[in-house]
Amino acid sequence: MTTIAADGQILDDHAHDADHKPAFFQRWFMSTNHKDIGTLYLIFAIIAGIIGGAISGMMRMELAEPGIQYLTGWVGAGASMDEALHLWNVLITAHGLIMVFFMVMPAMIGGFGNWFVPLMIGAPDMAFPRMNNISFWLLVPAFLLLLGSAFVPGGTGNGAGTGWTVYAPLATTGSVGPAVDMAILSLHLAGASSILGAINFITTILNMRAPGMTLHKMPLFVWSVLVTAFLLLLALPVLAAAITMLLTDRNFGTTFFDAAGGGDPVLYQHLFWFFGHPEVYIMILPGFGMISHIISTFSRKPIFGYLGMAYAMVAIGVVGFVVWAHHMFTTGMSVNVKMYFTAATMVIAVPTGIKIFSWIATMWGGSMTFKTPMVWALGFIFMFTVGGVTGVVLANGGIDDNLHDTYYVVAHFHYVLSLGAVFSIFAGFYYWFPKMSGRHYSELLGQLHFWTFFIGVNILFFPMHFLGNQSMPRRYPDYPEQFAYWNEIASLGYVVMAVGVLIFFVNIAWAMVAGRKAEANYWGEGATTLEWTLSSPPPFHQFETLPQIK
Amino acid sequence: MLKTPENWGKNKVEQVMTHYVKAWILALGLILTPAVATAQDALPAAPGAEAAPAEASVDAEAPAAEAAPASGLDPALYTPMKPTEGVGMPVDGGLDFQPQVSETGKQAKWINNSILLPIMTVICLFVLALLFWVMIRFRRGANPEPSKTTHNTFIEVVWTVVPVLILLVIAVPSISLLAQQFEPAPEDALTVKVTGYQWYWGYNYPDNGDFEIISNMLTEGEANESGEPFQLAVDNRMVIPVGKPVKMLITGADVIHSFAIPAAWFKLDAVPGRINEKVLQIDEVGVYYGQCSELCGARHGFMPIAVEVLPEDKFNDWVRANGGTVKGDETAADESEDGAAEETASDETTTEGAPADAAAAAN
Repeated sequence: MTTIAADGQILDDHAHDADHKPAFFQRWFMSTNHKDIGTLYLIFAIIAGIIGGAISGMMRMELAEPGIQYLTGWVGAGASMDEALHLWNVLITAHGLIMVFFMVMPAMIGGFGNWFVPLMIGAPDMAFPRMNNISFWLLVPAFLLLLGSAFVPGGTGNGAGTGWTVYAPLATTGSVGPAVDMAILSLHLAGASSILGAINFITTILNMRAPGMTLHKMPLFVWSVLVTAFLLLLALPVLAAAITMLLTDRNFGTTFFDAAGGGDPVLYQHLFWFFGHPEVYIMILPGFGMISHIISTFSRKPIFGYLGMAYAMVAIGVVGFVVWAHHMFTTGMSVNVKMYFTAATMVIAVPTGIKIFSWIATMWGGSMTFKTPMVWALGFIFMFTVGGVTGVVLANGGIDDNLHDTYYVVAHFHYVLSLGAVFSIFAGFYYWFPKMSGRHYSELLGQLHFWTFFIGVNILFFPMHFLGNQSMPRRYPDYPEQFAYWNEIASLGYVVMAVGVLIFFVNIAWAMVAGRKAEANYWGEGATTLEWTLSSPPPFHQFETLPQIK
Repeated sequence: MLKTPENWGKNKVEQVMTHYVKAWILALGLILTPAVATAQDALPAAPGAEAAPAEASVDAEAPAAEAAPASGLDPALYTPMKPTEGVGMPVDGGLDFQPQVSETGKQAKWINNSILLPIMTVICLFVLALLFWVMIRFRRGANPEPSKTTHNTFIEVVWTVVPVLILLVIAVPSISLLAQQFEPAPEDALTVKVTGYQWYWGYNYPDNGDFEIISNMLTEGEANESGEPFQLAVDNRMVIPVGKPVKMLITGADVIHSFAIPAAWFKLDAVPGRINEKVLQIDEVGVYYGQCSELCGARHGFMPIAVEVLPEDKFNDWVRANGGTVKGDETAADESEDGAAEETASDETTTEGAPADAAAAAN
């Protein structure tokens, strides 16, 4: 990556009135400022993360030992056993949907994307500030609809118990009541929010780069958001179509996914995963971008193989659209289709490998320091590698016949998401928190957070590989006692991880109250992108005179 | 080698060779250009109005209470076999796959444990070693002046080509495993039709008079009484003969379920409105447990699968105990009507994608 220097700072020279902030309500509820909207997204993601994480805590409690321990109590007195078991399905559904649509995506794209894409390309704001606002505010009713669905009938009990994949016919004839309709509408709103956001990012990045910043000089985080925005724009309408068909199957007598009327349940799965597979790259690509900046900053060395890194992300995005049916290896597809999807899926390992090795090559010959964002980034690289290689195992259609829908899959996608995407979110958060808030967090607490979280999630998720090998199926509220040993250890890991998250919140609170003031470029010479030329926090409006890029 | 020499038949050699060639072409082609995705082979043809699958019973109460417990069968003909500890079921604290009792299962387990697992481990350790090396060698204390290197074409080509080669090493056995799993059943193979219900399994034996076994999970007390693992044990098992390919026809009655036997590396979804077909051949006598593997509602976790594999004569006795017919008996009694039904059933070779009732009608 080329070193970018900004000419002519505009902080105090002119236009003092441009930094005039609107009053509270107007500033936070009618915002058109990309940084404020970014902050709103981050706060939203943290709240959703607390709820989604608490739900996984309930799940780990129930699974800590064989037998139904807590579900009957949680569902309330007078409820039947089936309603208690249905609650389990509601929990797994909510955990998945919340973490995907209301935690990772808002944090990465809405939060860091909004905050740093305009700053990094030297733009005053996003291209469509008002669309940016509605994009955020659509998420709030979407989240409320999803949470509310837990309290209305959804078939056997209250809430949508379909899994985050909402497969037909369980989600059509199998779930009577308004809960699934509410969940579908929630996804519609969240999808519309993301599509609007994607349009905004594409327009901003293609049209509003500072003079001299060609696409090939663009910071990698901006590249990652650009690729992600295209994935969103192409994938989400397919999800919208699929869940609209679900909705009409449920309410208006159509039979898109019902063989009795000429439809096909497997068609839904094709549509869902045509969205769902790009979705997993939507969740990880911005993380790739952030990790690149962090590795480069703390090695005091420009990123190795910049163009390879950028086009590896493009390649991942493109190939990510032609591998979806590896999520459906056991639906009864023909041998040729299965061979194709096996081979195509394995191809993705190549650009991913390029990224891993380029990060290591960036550090090679560098002058590394191990501040909090860097330890998260290093943790990310290793954990993502572990999640990546188990992905190659699952890519084999013949091997997947046994591992499909077992805890091996759960372990795999939590290694790439909970230890991949979430690690990169924490890395980015520590990297940019002083820039966003103007205050330093405690380095000690940051390191402590990393180590407890790192140890916790590994104790939590690594044993799931063994459970999967032994064929414990996913989405089970209870299990034969032969699965007890590793489940108990996984639940202990959750407790360790939860302590880590607690340290994180203590750290934020400490920074807000007692954190010392952050200077413009607190990471020093390794940090070369445009956001470091601005004060911390940046002025309310920045780059009114566009910076010139060499 | 993928198969032991004594298993090689002339046709099989050819077949496997074709698949080897196919595998290489596929893999190479894909690396150059991401090919256009092949759509699902055959979507079900629009069935007539009369072709409605069994209606989804969302609020059906406790199902199939009338199913007779296994002990109800004539003990002279059949007594349920005791399972072997650690075989066909998980073991507490277990790390590896369950012991495999089918040819494809052994093959798949071998590919995972001898090819994939070593490659994975080496890659992870390699990345870890590189990380530790750069962290020690290039820390600020050891290397105060960073280099400005940002390109090295040779190394970039290496880390692109080497993963491609590793993937090819994986792809070849993996693709031929797929081919092996899809080998069709012989003409005379026994057919078992599996139906997933909310929340139990039904097994039909169309070649043996089309009797149906309804299989419900045993309660904890019942399981302990019969010395079987709770949440895996069922009242009536699916029984098949040992060492013979069995044509499994799998469908769902209400929502999607998934029929899984981990010890045979077997899993196939039970999708309402279509019949999935796959060959199951288990080479060792025993009891093998599995669990429903596709979210199917409240009691998804409580509809286990138990397969009992018996020698052919014992299997025939079990069929008789269930009131079914056995081929040899018919010839002796010179009854032709059952024979006709049997013929129709075994004529079905390609049922995938067909609506459930087309096949049901054929039976």
